[in-house]
Amino acid sequence: MSGFLRLVRRDLRLALRQGGDAAMVLAFFLLTVALFPFGVGPEPEVLRRIAAGTVWVTALLAALLSLERLFLADYEDGSLEALVLMPLPLEIQVLAKALAHWLTTGLPLTVVAPLLALLLHLDRSGYGALVIGMALGTPTLSLIGAVGAALTLGARRGGVLLSLLVLPLYIPVLIFGVGAVEAQIIGVSARPHLLLLVALLLAAIPLAPVAAAAALRQAVE
Amino acid sequence: MADETRAAFAGSDLACRRGERLIFAGLDFALPARGVLLLRGPNGSGKSSLLRLMAGLSPPEAGVISWNGDGIFDDAGAHRARLHFIGHSDAIKPTLNVLETLSFWAEMRGSGAAVPAALTHFRLSRLALLPCRFLSAGERKRLALARLIASPATLWLLDEPTTSLDAAGTEDLLRAITAHRAAGGRVVIASHGPLSLENAMTLALDDYTPRARAIAA
Repeated sequence: MSGFLRLVRRDLRLALRQGGDAAMVLAFFLLTVALFPFGVGPEPEVLRRIAAGTVWVTALLAALLSLERLFLADYEDGSLEALVLMPLPLEIQVLAKALAHWLTTGLPLTVVAPLLALLLHLDRSGYGALVIGMALGTPTLSLIGAVGAALTLGARRGGVLLSLLVLPLYIPVLIFGVGAVEAQIIGVSARPHLLLLVALLLAAIPLAPVAAAAALRQAVE
Repeated sequence: MADETRAAFAGSDLACRRGERLIFAGLDFALPARGVLLLRGPNGSGKSSLLRLMAGLSPPEAGVISWNGDGIFDDAGAHRARLHFIGHSDAIKPTLNVLETLSFWAEMRGSGAAVPAALTHFRLSRLALLPCRFLSAGERKRLALARLIASPATLWLLDEPTTSLDAAGTEDLLRAITAHRAAGGRVVIASHGPLSLENAMTLALDDYTPRARAIAA
């Protein structure tokens, strides 16, 4: 097994043992989406109109929730220092940690999203684009989030700062994610939106680890 | 390995700055194979900082650290592969057990083949399946030190390795260091306590504290 997979396995094991984090993200997602019918009223027409946007925005916030811990625990107990000194390039390690983060947050969010869309009376034709869009968009959220998490290491109230840094960068994913669902509902192809989500992901895979690794080296210096 | 023992590990004209403060300047060292370098000096004299420079965790303010003539930042990957750095924090997760912790760190460096030997050496075998949150401070330190044996590396950089170790634990560490030197390894130790090591070189860091300049600044 390569060092990359070992690191993914270790992070997954930690997430499972600590348990709380992934479950909390899902609970937050469910609860927040469930608030909307109370806030805007239970009329199916209103809910149908905001369903895609609500699910996506809430998923962004839920993904953000667990980001602060991505490097913080390793930073505090000295593991980050030891990881920086491993022969495996730090960029690859960041990629491994982002993958583990996606597997414990983005993937569960994608799986639960159709259920919540049902709660909000999303038009039946939109489900395919919602799930595919989330599957393509949430890895980008983890990668961009990794840069933010690395940059805010050691900062006081890093969590708040992290949101301010990362949320504006999430806007393109949100636009194309929601755009894909809307397009499919009005009967045009969702393909251009989904391809743009793929493009964002393909840009984030090489760029985000380099930026995050540079920030991590600064943090342990 | 034969090549490794002939290599020269040295630093010349090193200076280190932490924040606004110049901690040391004009420092030279050279450490041959089988050598031990003890870093001595009062708090804040830069023992940990020098170890971190040697590990390549931070670049020196001035000067060069080199392995066999090449600066350690020229091929940072090769330098990381040849060293172990055991710092103040022990890189232990409360939810992983002793065996998982040690195996992870050893396997990240290539192979976990020596993990059982490392557990035996630091008398942790009995605790192998215990989650690390139940370990005492001394046991945590022994687990951190066990990484030295669990995967081979020719250069050991140890920051206060005997903190919270009992007499037997210190004895285990000294035995490990002796075996490491016999195999051609090198060790740098920052320590306040007395350590009975044969032919250890000592570097007193307060000799390099730039007092006059600090006052002028």
